[in-house]
Amino acid sequence: MSPDPKATDAALSREEVEHVALLARLELGEREIEEYASILNRILGHFKKLEELDTEGVPPTSHPAPIANVFREDAARPSLSVDEALANAPDSEAGCFKVPPVIQEY
Amino acid sequence: MDLPDLSAFDAARLLNEGQCSSVELTRACLERIERVEPRVRAFVTVLADQALDSARQADQARAQGKIASPLMGVPVAVKDNMCMRDAPTTCSSKILENFIPPYDATVVQRLTAAGMVVVGKTNLDEFAMGSSTENSGLFTTHNPWDLERAPGGSSGGSTAAVAAGEALLALGSDTGGSIRQPASLCGLVGLKPTYGRVSRYGLVAFASSLDQIGPITRTARDAALLMNVIGGHDPLDSTSWPEPAPNYCEGLDRGVRGLRIGVPKEYFIEGIDPEVEAAVRQAIEQFAALGAEAAEVSLPTMPYAIPTYYICATAEASSNLARYDGAHYGLRVEGADNIIDMFSRTRAQGFGAEVKRRIMLGTYALSAGFYDAYYMKGLKARTLFKRDFERAFEKCDVILGPTTPTPAFQLGEKVDDPIQMYLCDIFTTPANLAGNPALSIPCGFSAAGLPIGLQLIAPLFDEARLLQTAHAFEQATDYHKARANLAAD
Repeated sequence: MSPDPKATDAALSREEVEHVALLARLELGEREIEEYASILNRILGHFKKLEELDTEGVPPTSHPAPIANVFREDAARPSLSVDEALANAPDSEAGCFKVPPVIQEY
Repeated sequence: MDLPDLSAFDAARLLNEGQCSSVELTRACLERIERVEPRVRAFVTVLADQALDSARQADQARAQGKIASPLMGVPVAVKDNMCMRDAPTTCSSKILENFIPPYDATVVQRLTAAGMVVVGKTNLDEFAMGSSTENSGLFTTHNPWDLERAPGGSSGGSTAAVAAGEALLALGSDTGGSIRQPASLCGLVGLKPTYGRVSRYGLVAFASSLDQIGPITRTARDAALLMNVIGGHDPLDSTSWPEPAPNYCEGLDRGVRGLRIGVPKEYFIEGIDPEVEAAVRQAIEQFAALGAEAAEVSLPTMPYAIPTYYICATAEASSNLARYDGAHYGLRVEGADNIIDMFSRTRAQGFGAEVKRRIMLGTYALSAGFYDAYYMKGLKARTLFKRDFERAFEKCDVILGPTTPTPAFQLGEKVDDPIQMYLCDIFTTPANLAGNPALSIPCGFSAAGLPIGLQLIAPLFDEARLLQTAHAFEQATDYHKARANLAAD
C-alpha cells in the first residue's frame, strides 16, 4: 500500500482493507472485505467534513486532564500470584501462558 | 410506592428509621428482577446470593451502629465493563464471556466499602460501543417505558435496570454519551463527571482519554450521594485528579437565582424532534422563573463533534482492544498453527460487527500515511472544543441543551446504519472531547409517553454546580417522579 498524503481524497480499496485487517489482526472473509470496504468508505466520507475545520497552528489535545508525569515511590507492593494471573488463561504450562509457535522454520 | 421504586435517598431514610431492612429492600429488588427481567433483559449477571450476603452485613453493621455511608444497604447495579472480583465481567462480548477478574475496580471496591449491595452486572453495547445495547454480543435490552424501543446505550442495561426498579441506582460509563443518552431515553438522571474525577482503575478501557464512570439515578440528590461514594483521587489511576472531591450533598439546595444559563444555538439543529425542542425550551422558561438568567453563547466547533469524536475514540479503541489476543484471558480459537493466525481468528470470532468496524477505522486512522489526515486532525479539533467551552464559560455558569435529538427510537430502527446511530451522540460527545462534566435530567414526556432529557454542562471539576442546578429544577417539576410501572402489567 502506498501512503497517500491526501488520504481523505482516496476511497479505501479492497487491498487497503486487507492491509488494515492484517494490522488489526482480524481475519476477514471474502464477503466481509467487501462489506468493510463499503461501510468504511461511507463513514470516512462523513468524516471528510473535518477538512473544513481550520486547525492551522492549533496544538493537538491527546488528553483532557491537566495532569502530567505522575510519580510514586518505587516501593514493592503485593500483586497477583502466578495462579491468579493464569486463572483465565486459555492455555498455560509451567507457570507461563502457552501459545502457538511465534517463530517457525520454513 | 413500592420499595424498588423509591429514590435511594428515601430508601436510605427508611433503613435509618428502621422501617425496613437492607435484606427486605434487596429481596424486593430481586423479586422485581424475577418479574420483569424476562421482558427488560437489563442484566448479564444477577448476583442474588452475594447481594443478600451484603444486605445481611449492612443490616448487622447498622444494628451495631456502624454506618459506612448514607447509602449503606442500598441495592445498586454495575455496568458489566467494571471488574468485580469473582463475578464474570463480560463487556457483553463473546471474547470475554467467561472472564472472571481477579480484582475489583476502584469504584466497585468503594461501593463495597460504603456498604452498598451490588445486585448484578448490566448489559451494554459490546465494549461500550453503541447507543442502544443492540450491539451487545449477548442480547438486547428493552426500554421499560416501551419494550419495543431501545433503552439507549451503551449503559442501557444500567438505565433499564433503574427505570424498571431492578435496582435503586446504578453505575454507567460514558465515552461519548453512554451515561447521559440512555439516562435521557429512560427518564433518569445520568452524570458524566469531569475526566479524572472518578477512578478508571478496573474499568475495561474503550477510549482511555474519553472514558469516565458516573452515576445513573432517579434524582440529582441520589447522584450526589453516589458521587460521594465513588469520586476522588485514586493512586491506581495515573489520570485521576489529585484534589479531593467535594461533598456533593452540601449546597444542593443553593438554587439557581442569578445563575447564568448559556443556550448555544448549535444545540438546536435541523432534524431535532419538535417535542424534544419544545420540552427543552419550556425547561429554559422554568429556569428563568426560578431566577436564572439566560445568556447567549456559541459552540462553533459543535458541527464537527461526530467526526472528531469517532476518529479519536476509534483510534484509542484499536489500540486498547489489541489486548484481546487469545493468549492471556478470554476466548481462544483453537487450531491455528502460528500465533498470528491464532490472534486473527480469535479476534474475528470473538468481536461483533461494530467493534470490528471501529477497530478497522481506528487502525486506519493511525496507520502510516493517514495519521496526519485523520488522527492528528482529530486531536487538533479536540483543542478547538476545549476553547469553545472556555470561551462559553466566560459568559455563563452552565450550558443547557437537549441530551439527544429524539426520544427513545424503535429497536431495529438504526442498527443497520452506523452513521444514523453515531448521530445519537451529537450533543453529548463535546463534553467528552473537552473533559467537562455533563448531566442529563428528565424534562418532559413526548405525546407517546416517552421520557425527554435535557443536558447541563459545567466548567471542569464543577459537578456540584450541575447537581445544584438539576436539584433546583426537580424541586419545581415532577418529571423525575414518574415511573415506568412495568411491574403493574
